[in-house]
Amino acid sequence: MRPEPQPALITGARVIDPASGHDTVADVWLRDGVIAGIGRNQGTPEGVLRIDGAGCVLCPGLVDMRVALGEPGHEYRETIATAARAAAAGGITTLAALPDSSPAIDGPALVHWLRTRGEETGSVTILPYAAATQGCAGEVLAEYGLLAEAGAVAFTDGARPIANARQMRLALAYARGFGRRIVQHPEYPGFSGAATEGALATRLGLPAVPAAAEAMLVARDLRLAQLTGGAVHFAHVSTAEALALIRAAKSGGLNVTCDTAPPYFDLNETAIGDFRTYAKLNPPLRAEPDREAVVTALADGTIDAIASDHQPRDADDKRLPFAQAAAGGTGLVTLLGITLAQVTGGNLTLMAALALLTSRPASLLGVEAGRLSPGAPADLCLFHAERAWRVVAGELPGKAQNTPFDGRALEGRVLGTWKAGRRVHA
Amino acid sequence: MTQDRYRFPHRHLLGIEGLYPPEILQILDLAESYVLLNRKGKTSRDLLRGRTMINLFFEDSTRTRTSFELAGKRLGADVLNMSVATSSVNKGETLLDTATTLNAMQCDLLVVRHDQSGAPALLARKVDAAVINAGDGTHEHPTQALLDALTIRRRKGRLDGLTIAICGDMLHSRVARSNIHLLTTLGNQVRLVGPPTLIAAEAERLGVTVCHDMRAGLAGADVVMMLRLQRERMAAGLVPSVREYFRFFGLDATKLHAAKPDAIVMHPGPMNRGVEIASEIADDPAVSVIADQVEMGVSVRMAVLDVLSRAGRNAP
Repeated sequence: MRPEPQPALITGARVIDPASGHDTVADVWLRDGVIAGIGRNQGTPEGVLRIDGAGCVLCPGLVDMRVALGEPGHEYRETIATAARAAAAGGITTLAALPDSSPAIDGPALVHWLRTRGEETGSVTILPYAAATQGCAGEVLAEYGLLAEAGAVAFTDGARPIANARQMRLALAYARGFGRRIVQHPEYPGFSGAATEGALATRLGLPAVPAAAEAMLVARDLRLAQLTGGAVHFAHVSTAEALALIRAAKSGGLNVTCDTAPPYFDLNETAIGDFRTYAKLNPPLRAEPDREAVVTALADGTIDAIASDHQPRDADDKRLPFAQAAAGGTGLVTLLGITLAQVTGGNLTLMAALALLTSRPASLLGVEAGRLSPGAPADLCLFHAERAWRVVAGELPGKAQNTPFDGRALEGRVLGTWKAGRRVHA
Repeated sequence: MTQDRYRFPHRHLLGIEGLYPPEILQILDLAESYVLLNRKGKTSRDLLRGRTMINLFFEDSTRTRTSFELAGKRLGADVLNMSVATSSVNKGETLLDTATTLNAMQCDLLVVRHDQSGAPALLARKVDAAVINAGDGTHEHPTQALLDALTIRRRKGRLDGLTIAICGDMLHSRVARSNIHLLTTLGNQVRLVGPPTLIAAEAERLGVTVCHDMRAGLAGADVVMMLRLQRERMAAGLVPSVREYFRFFGLDATKLHAAKPDAIVMHPGPMNRGVEIASEIADDPAVSVIADQVEMGVSVRMAVLDVLSRAGRNAP
């Protein structure tokens, strides 16, 4: 048992709760792991830790709905403990973990294990996704009922698309019976490449995937969602064409949601520049018009959440010729800062940006997180919106250092993270 | 024998769909009288004397074939069994060639089981005999629905205004389809309960409600009808595992608790214990009427043979 955290009072911060739209300067009381009160000038009784939040923003701890953990199976890249440290440094108190680990999270015992491992960190809640198909191999449905009972929040094969149309149809139909979503990695199967097809990939001589591969699978799966009445979620959507399809499907009343990841609204394909493998991602970075479309879709509500799509890699995974290097970038520490750049740039309000990082992914996953209101768990993130810092690969908290944002100057520094009333980052 | 004023107007029994309530009730009433006669061992062996009945089974079946055979023999018919393993169908003969052969044999009653939906209907267009569908593909199994109806009526005292939950693999079930037609025609409320992967598209259009949660589906039910889940469904990926299926869609005492206290449990057989039904339920005489169903099967089939052979007998 950990000792009870000391009661604390965070004073004078701009308190933002996107779930309710609440935005005011106030003092926030933390006691017994929950938010005990929000108000002004409450004084500081004996034994209460006082934290000065003046000039800062206090918001719910971030809910990152797409994180690959190195554990189980790739502990040399990252462990749950190191990922938890990186998450705390990024203001994240809840993360949804992808199941395409080794072994895949396709049994109730593994789901339970992953949840427990999150609790053991004391700093982050792990919401396990479970495999959509046994072993994430795309062939046989996993036990959605038993997995959901064990605590799986949704079903996905992680970075592997559910390729077969019949299999995807079965998955959507079967998941509907248990009230869960299927999360799809939208890239039409059969293509493979290290970059997005176009002038840049041609000039660099890289094998490339057409951007249309994303819209192709989105189009198919929207039809299947319509056919089955199932709920589909598209991860890290990155192209204008796919977003247009999703926008139209939403206005048509289909049960569809999507997220994107910071690289797809902050970077374009030129970031791979001189064969920089840290900018090799899956899906690959896109051309500028696609990045602009992602920015628009964030603002107009088409995109429901911003997730880090954190994919830890070892230096050796990346120190290879570009086409042979592993795809994927870290994202826990930079999730907030890159998103805030959209606020600074005038594309998003601070309230909308924080909703994309907290209440919206939480409600999409059907969990009681991402709220800052009396009685809610004291999962909090305190940050200074103007304080600048620089992303330097090799100096980031946590183990994996493969950030695509190496060298990027950011505004918005996390000064404190609380999990159930306990300070887990300072 | 029962002197019905209502004359059964169909030459064949290919399905329940399209039958009117009085036609269904006529068969059930007649079957009821056969139940009593069967129990006393006093069935007439003259009714179908000199008539030929062929059980033409393209699919393995023990209980349905035996039940028809017994029904035919109790009415005095000459009964022949032809099964696919011994017939010339294996040698490449088409279904219609088989029909021609059977016609030449002057068969009066032809009982057909086939793995293809619509095969008995195809035969019916080509043979002179009265054709009885003993189960075709995933289409219909009319005598099963009739025997289920008789079982329900004897237990519940009525066959209207009841709530009946049909649970399991409706997608592949001819039993479910025939039961849906029969029970809705007579004014009962039918619910289909199962995972979405085992419920056919637009099943609601058959006049039923669909439910994916077993407890909700069983709530307040008078009758719980379980369907067989074949292992092939697992291989086809429609259901992930037996343990998951049993946990969410298998009938056990806990789930049955949601139904009415006097609810009865039915199963067309053969049962997969521990897959769709727990032994504690299947073997509980207080709720399970599975043995009754088998008994009713013979009487219902006698009634069907009776009504269909009347035309040729100049019976009223």
